Amino acid sequence: MIKFLIKGLWRDKSRSRLPIIVVTIGVMLTVLMHAYITGFMGDTIEMNARFTHGHVKVMTRAYAENMDQMPLDLALMNAEELLATLRDGYPDTDWSARIKFGGLIDVPDSMGETRSQGPAMGFGIDLLSAESAETRRLNLEKALRQGKMPSLPGEILLSDAFAIKLKVNPGDKVTLIGSSMNGSMTMTNFVVAGTISFGIEIMDRGTIIADIKDVRMALDMPDAAGEILGFLDNGFYDNDLAISMADNFNEKLSANNDEFSPVMKSLSRQGNMGQYVAMSEIWSMYVSLIFIFAMSLVLWNAGLLGGLRRYGEVGIRLAMGEEKGHVYRSMIWESVIIGLAGSVIGTALGIFFAWLIQTYGINISGMMKGASVMFPDTIRARITPPDFYIGFIPGLISTVLGTMLSGIGIYRRQTARLFKELEA
Amino acid sequence: MENNSIIITNNLFKRFPMGKEEFTALRGISLHFGNGEFAGLIGPSGSGKTTLLNILGSLDVPSEGEALVLGRSIGKLNARQAARLRKENIGFIFQSYNLLAVHTVYENVEFPLLLLNLPSAERHRMTMEALEWVGLTDKIRSKPPQLSGGQCQRVAIARAMVKKPSLVLADEPTANLDASNSHHILQTMETLNRELKTTFIFATHDEKVISYLHRKIFLLDGRVDKDEIIRSN
Ligand SMILES: Nc1ncnc2c1ncn2[C@@H]1O[C@H](COP(=O)(O)OP(=O)(O)OP(=O)(O)O)[C@@H](O)[C@H]1O
Ligand SMILES: [Mg+2]
Repeated sequence: MIKFLIKGLWRDKSRSRLPIIVVTIGVMLTVLMHAYITGFMGDTIEMNARFTHGHVKVMTRAYAENMDQMPLDLALMNAEELLATLRDGYPDTDWSARIKFGGLIDVPDSMGETRSQGPAMGFGIDLLSAESAETRRLNLEKALRQGKMPSLPGEILLSDAFAIKLKVNPGDKVTLIGSSMNGSMTMTNFVVAGTISFGIEIMDRGTIIADIKDVRMALDMPDAAGEILGFLDNGFYDNDLAISMADNFNEKLSANNDEFSPVMKSLSRQGNMGQYVAMSEIWSMYVSLIFIFAMSLVLWNAGLLGGLRRYGEVGIRLAMGEEKGHVYRSMIWESVIIGLAGSVIGTALGIFFAWLIQTYGINISGMMKGASVMFPDTIRARITPPDFYIGFIPGLISTVLGTMLSGIGIYRRQTARLFKELEA
Repeated sequence: MENNSIIITNNLFKRFPMGKEEFTALRGISLHFGNGEFAGLIGPSGSGKTTLLNILGSLDVPSEGEALVLGRSIGKLNARQAARLRKENIGFIFQSYNLLAVHTVYENVEFPLLLLNLPSAERHRMTMEALEWVGLTDKIRSKPPQLSGGQCQRVAIARAMVKKPSLVLADEPTANLDASNSHHILQTMETLNRELKTTFIFATHDEKVISYLHRKIFLLDGRVDKDEIIRSN
């Protein structure tokens, strides 16, 4: 009997292959969509992580409280030692020290007199050491407009618009007027190696990027760092992992009563990034739900149509003396097989395509000419555990439910009525 | 004759709801069929032939009166018991063949035996035997869409006969067939009736069918108008 039913299922294309294809497509699109949105939302988070927050960030407790003001007097001391501790304790995470500072850029003329001047936002990052990932992380080579990347101590990058405003060209000398950790005024000369443009207003108004060692010297803060950013090794922000890492660190190395003791904060616990992280999770769920809903409707209808198409067959089987319950159950088993097959294939295909997009990305740099470097020029999907069930479960359930509901119509109908409809 | 009766109906009524009204399709049918009859319900369209056949086949229930089929009262059977009666004792032949299109001739004929849970060797023997009766052993791997109408109806006869039921109900079995095919399948059924003692009850208004009948029951407006026994078995 089972063989008989399977033969029927296999041979009747509109009963097996067609619904399987429908389920497969629905499930595949759901998985792909979810992975795509996760990737897209994730990209925005990654951008913020790279430029500002890290996946986790270590600061002094006091600095963390006043992060927006870049309070250098509250910076971490013994940064190299702390870096070594972090690299030792969390070897899978990439750690980079940064100093964010404010100051004034002064451009002297040949006589040493001020030719032009402007307020600057400074980033001291590890620009020069070979193993540093910061240049790539901030996409600096892509952002370069004039000149070249700094390769020697004392060389800096300047926002392109800022350089134009100050009438500075690569190779020119500029002076950074800042304040040291202790509040005294400092003046340091730099050479502009190149100019950069990120394509976003706040970063392009007046940014200077210098090697952290130069910044330490300039601001008289040896072995200090405003913040140490940690980046998880798979390149994606994982909120649970970041939080547990931060909790673990804080428990071991952070003293509650010492405002200069280091504290680690996950990206979600910095500023309003938490809201964004939560929103991105909700959003991907939301879009998935819409997709699941649409898919369920389609599959349910496919189930209904399949059931209606089979009036004749059902009538014959009843006339031959098969019990209604048996007919009904066999139809449901068929739908389970179809739902399973479609969901397995659909999930596999969805994850395969998502993997392709995750690995190779869709290059949209052509469409994005002149747009912000802050936006990724490749769209990447991202596969997360929900992708393995987010299409699978509704794919299976809606197929079976569709059959059940359509089957009930047949089931309730009087046998004699089925025959009237059969004869017609 | 009473002791070998296969069907007894007693003052059978069937009413169908029609909007607020009721339509009475059968109005007091009292009939008696003995084992091995080759009988036909004859009457114009709408006279109640199919309605009566459906009740005798336990596909429907009477509104009033009693229908005893093989000793079982149709109105009192639950769905499961009715299915069992059909499965074990009744074969159906329909006007429009009603074969399963994706299954082969062999599988269509074998299907009633699958429901009976017979072992496969026995199923094979019985299926081949039934296909021999209708002369289709060379078509076992064909599917219904590849067969002619006459061949399809022969498959349907084999399917109805394969389990050697005591009762075969045939509703307009020749309506879609030409004359020579009609005669062919009627001869086949007559032979089976003679050799296996299977009771055949037809519903028809086809003269060709009528000419083969051993008993003609004329229905008119849901009543038995005339009951002629041409020759007894
Ligand atoms: N399910 C039903 N609901 C309402 N009326 C019905 C139903 N089934 C049959 N009837 C009515 O009962 C009457 C008898 O129908 P039946 O199908 O038994 O006729 P018949 O003798 O088989 O006719 P035909 O030769 O056209 O097949 C018809 O008037 C038909 O409209
Ligand atoms: Mg009829």
